[in-house]
Amino acid sequence: MARAATPAPAKPVQKRAGEVLLDIRDLSQTYPKAAADDLLVLDEVNLTLSAGEIVGLLGRSGVGKSSLLRIIAGLTRPAGGELRWRGRPLTGPSEDIAMVFQSFALFPWLSVLENVEIGLEPLGLSVKERRSRSLQAIDLIGLDGFENAYPKELSGGMRQRVGFARALVMQPELLLMDEPFSALDVLTAETIRTDLIDLWMDGKLPLRSILMVSHNIEEAVLMCDRIVLVAGNPGRVADEIRIDLPHPRSRTNPVFRELVDDIYGRMTNPSSTGARAEREAAEADQAGGMGLTLSGVSTNELAGLMETVAADPFAGKADLPELAESLQMEADELFPLAETLQLLRFAGLARGDIRLTAAGRKFVQSDVDARKKLFAEQLLAHVPIAALIRRVLDERPAHRAPYRRFSEELEDFMSEEFAEETLAAVISWGRYAELFAYDDQAEAFSLENPA
Amino acid sequence: MPVHHPALTALKFRRLAPSIWDVVIFAMVIGAFALIALAGRETLQPLAVAAAPISLDPAVLPHYALRTTLRMLLAMAASLIFTFAFGALAAKSRRAETVLIPLLDILQSIPVLGFLSFTVTGFMALFPGQVLGVELAAIFAIFTSQAWNMAYSFYHSTKTIPRDLRDLSESLRLGAWRRFWALEAPYAAPGLIWNAMISMSGAWFFVVASEAISVGKTTVSLPGVGSYVALAIAQHDLVAVGWAVFTMFVVILIYDQLLFRPLVAWAEKFRIEAPAGAPEPGSWVLDLLQRAEFSRRLFRPVGGFLTSLASIRLGRPMTLAPAIAKAWESRYADWLWYSLLAALGLYAAYRATEFIGVGVGWRETLWVLALGLFTLVRVVVLIALASLIWVPVGVWIGLRPQWAERLQPVTQFLAAFPSNLLFPMAVALIVRFHLTPDIWLSPLMILGAQWYILFNVIAGTRAFPGDLLEAAASLRLKGWTWWSKVVLPGIFPSYVTGAITASGGAWNAAIVAEVANWGDTRLSAHGVGAYIADATQGGDLRRVALGVAVMAVYVVLFNRAVWEPLFAAGARQLQTD
Repeated sequence: MARAATPAPAKPVQKRAGEVLLDIRDLSQTYPKAAADDLLVLDEVNLTLSAGEIVGLLGRSGVGKSSLLRIIAGLTRPAGGELRWRGRPLTGPSEDIAMVFQSFALFPWLSVLENVEIGLEPLGLSVKERRSRSLQAIDLIGLDGFENAYPKELSGGMRQRVGFARALVMQPELLLMDEPFSALDVLTAETIRTDLIDLWMDGKLPLRSILMVSHNIEEAVLMCDRIVLVAGNPGRVADEIRIDLPHPRSRTNPVFRELVDDIYGRMTNPSSTGARAEREAAEADQAGGMGLTLSGVSTNELAGLMETVAADPFAGKADLPELAESLQMEADELFPLAETLQLLRFAGLARGDIRLTAAGRKFVQSDVDARKKLFAEQLLAHVPIAALIRRVLDERPAHRAPYRRFSEELEDFMSEEFAEETLAAVISWGRYAELFAYDDQAEAFSLENPA
Repeated sequence: MPVHHPALTALKFRRLAPSIWDVVIFAMVIGAFALIALAGRETLQPLAVAAAPISLDPAVLPHYALRTTLRMLLAMAASLIFTFAFGALAAKSRRAETVLIPLLDILQSIPVLGFLSFTVTGFMALFPGQVLGVELAAIFAIFTSQAWNMAYSFYHSTKTIPRDLRDLSESLRLGAWRRFWALEAPYAAPGLIWNAMISMSGAWFFVVASEAISVGKTTVSLPGVGSYVALAIAQHDLVAVGWAVFTMFVVILIYDQLLFRPLVAWAEKFRIEAPAGAPEPGSWVLDLLQRAEFSRRLFRPVGGFLTSLASIRLGRPMTLAPAIAKAWESRYADWLWYSLLAALGLYAAYRATEFIGVGVGWRETLWVLALGLFTLVRVVVLIALASLIWVPVGVWIGLRPQWAERLQPVTQFLAAFPSNLLFPMAVALIVRFHLTPDIWLSPLMILGAQWYILFNVIAGTRAFPGDLLEAAASLRLKGWTWWSKVVLPGIFPSYVTGAITASGGAWNAAIVAEVANWGDTRLSAHGVGAYIADATQGGDLRRVALGVAVMAVYVVLFNRAVWEPLFAAGARQLQTD
C-alpha cells in the first residue's frame, strides 16, 4: 500500500540501514477498566521498524497511538500478539529504547544535569563517566550553560531539550516520541524539529531509528520517512505512506502540499481502507448506533465552523488543510468538529473536503430559536443515544431517569471513559437543543426546564 | 571534552575562611549533641533512681522541656518511618490498600489516650524496672497522635504523582528503592512536612497526659513539662502552670524557627507548581545553613553519603514466571485474600467480644452507646458554635493579607497550646458558681480544636479568586447575599476540612474534658469520654476497650455519613470545568 511520491534521493547511510529492529505481529490491547472484557483499543496491529528510518504514527485522538507507543516502551503489556526487538521478545522497558514525553516529564527538584544523569544510574557507570556522558548529551542538544538550572527556570523549548538529552544520554537504538512538540508554541516546535532532523541527517544522534506519535499532519510529513495511519475502533494500521522527499523539506513545495492533502483525504475517508471499515460500520449498526463514541465539542464551535464554511472564501465547501490553516487549528482539533457536523448531517466529508448540506446552510441563516429547533431535529434523527434518552424520559411517568441508566447501556459497547465523554457531549447538546435537562448533583436526566 | 560545570568553577573562587555563621552553626551542632547525650543517659537509669519526685521549681523547666521535646522528636522519627512503610505499601499494592486505608481511618478515630492505657503495661513489661519501658509508652502515645495524618498525606501524594513521571521512572528502570527516593519521597515532601508540623502542634495536648501515666495502681511521672503541669494541677499551683505555659511557648518558638520553618522553605523546591497568591516561605536558618561555609562542608559528605544510600539498586523488577504472575493477579487470588481477611476479622471480633463480654453485660453496652450519643451531641453543638464565631472572623482576616500574615504564627501557637492547661480554671469557676458539669465542662472539648476551623477558613479565604470578589463588589452584593452566594460556597471545602479536624480533636479531648480535676475537686459529665477516663483510672481494661470501640464507631460513622458527603458536594460545586 506504500507509495512513492518522488524518486528516492540519496540518503545518508545510517548504521546498517534496513535491518529490522522492531517487529510487531497481530498485537491487540484491551481497555484497562472496561465493563466488558473484550473491548479492544488496538486489534491486529502489524508494524515493522527498520534501522535508519523515522516513522510517524498518525491518527485521531483516542485511536490507540499512545497505547501502542507505551507497549513498545515496555510500560504496559499487550493483551495479545507478538513484539520482537531485534529478534528477541520484548517484555518490559529495554535499555535500547528511550522515550520523550509530551509533558517533558522532568523531575522539578533535579537540575538539568541531574535530570539527564539519573537515567544512567541503573547502568552502574562510574560517577565520572556518568558526568562526562551527560555533559556530552547536554552539549549535543544545545543546552550548554543550563546545566545547573532547574526545570521551572526554563522555557518549554529548553525543557523539552532536557527531555531529549535525557533520552539520548542512554545511547538508545530506538527513540520513542509521544507528541513531543505539541506542548510547545509554533516557533519553538519548529526550531527543535529542525535541530533534531539536522542532527539525525548528520548522523550525530546515537540512534538507529525514531518512532513518533503525532497529531499534526504537516509535522509528520516534515520529519518522517514513513507515516503509519492508525484508524478505527479498535485501532488498526489503516494505511502506510512512504515519504521520500529530501531534507530539509519545504512546506511550500507542491509535492509536500500534495502529500498533506492526500493524508487529510485518507483520514477523512476511512472507507478507503476497505472491507474492514465496512465490517466496523456493520457492527456499529447492529448495536443500533449505540457504539458510536461522541467527542465533546461545543455547539458554539459547531456553529462557528458552519458559519466559516458558509462564508467567503469557502462559500459552502472547504478544503480541510486550508480550513485548518485559516482557523489556525491542528488537524486533530478540526476532525472531531467536522465529523460531528457530518454525524448530524449538517455537512458531508469526502476526499479531504467539507461541504455544508441543506440543513447546514439553513442553520447558518436561522436565528437563535430556529437554530435550536433545527439542532434538536438533527440530534434526535441521527444520534441514537440522544433519541433514547428523550424516549425514556417521555415514557416514564415522572419524566426522570438516572445517569446510570444510559451510561451502563453505553458501557456494553465502549470503555467507561468513552461512555462518560459521550454522555457529556450528549448532555451539552441536549441542553442546547432544549431536549432534556440534566441535574449534575442528583445525576439524573429530566424533562423539567427551569422556566 | 573539557568539563564546564558552573558549580565546580565557582567553587574554586569561593573563599575558604570561616565566616561568623560557621561559629554559630558549629555551636548549635555541638550543643545539640551534648544535650541529646545528657538526656539519653538518664533514660537508661533504673526506675527507682529516675523516679525522683517532680519538682515545681521553674529552674528545672529547661531540663524538662528538653526531655519532652526529645520524646516528641523521637515519636516524629517513628511516625516518619511508619509513614514511609505504610504509604508506600498502600499505594503500591491494591490488596494492601483495601485493608490499610480503612485501617488508618479507624486508627485515627481511636482516642490517643485509649492507646496509652493499653500499651503502657506492655511496654513496662518489656523493660522491667527501667525507665525505658515507660518512656517508650509515652513516646508511643505521642506517636499515635502524630502518625495517621502524615501517613495519609504520603499515601495521597504517592497516588497523585503525575503519570508521566511514573512512566519515566519505569522506563529508566530505576528500581523500587531508587524510585522511592528520586520520585515518591520528594513529590510527597511539601505535604508531608506540613502535616508533620500540624502533628507536632497536636502532640502537645497528649504530652501533658502521657508523661504522668497512671493505669490502675501503676503511677509513673517521667521528667517533662507534662508531669510538671500534672503536679502543678494537683497542688493548686497557678504560678507553676504559668511557668509551664511560658516554657512551652519558648519551645514551640525554637523548634518552629530551627526545624519546621527551614524544612518548609527547603521543601518548596519539591513543589511542581507553587500555590497561587501565597508568598514563598523563607527561613533565616535555612539561609544561614546554605551560606555558611562550615555547614556546606559538613553537609556535603553527609549529603553525598545519603545520595549514595538512595542510589543503591534494590528491588530490581521481579520477573515472576508468567503462570504465577497470572495466578497472583487473578480474581481467585482476590477471593482467597478477601476470605482470609474475613476469617481474621471474624476471629478478632470473637476474641474482642469474649474479652469485653466478661463482666460487661448488654445493659452496660447499651448504656455506653447512649453515653456516646451524649458526647456526639456535645461535639455537634460545639462545632456549630465554634463555626458561628470563627467563620466570620476567619473570613475577615483572610480578606486582609497583612493581618493574615501576622496572625498565622499566632493561630499556630494557639493550636499547639494544650488546652488541658486551662481546665483547672474552668473547674474552679464551675465549682464557684455551682454550674452543671454536663453543660459547662463541654466547652473544654473544643478549646484546642476550634483553631483548626479558624486557620482553614483563613487559608480558604486567602485562596478565594480575587476576580470573583471584585465581580461581587461591582455587582454591589452585600449582606446575606454576599455571604451565602459568594464567600461561603467558595470556602466551603476548606471549612469542612477544618471542621473534620476540629471534630476529631473534640472527640479526642472528650476523655480529658468530660472529667476535670483541680486538686481534690473532680467534676464529671455524662459521656463516653468520662466513661473511658474512669475505666482507665480504675485499671479496667475491658471497659476501656468497650468505650474506645464505641467512640471509634461513632467517629467513623459520623465522618462517613456527614463530613465526607459534605466535602464531596462542596468540592464538586467549586469545579469550574
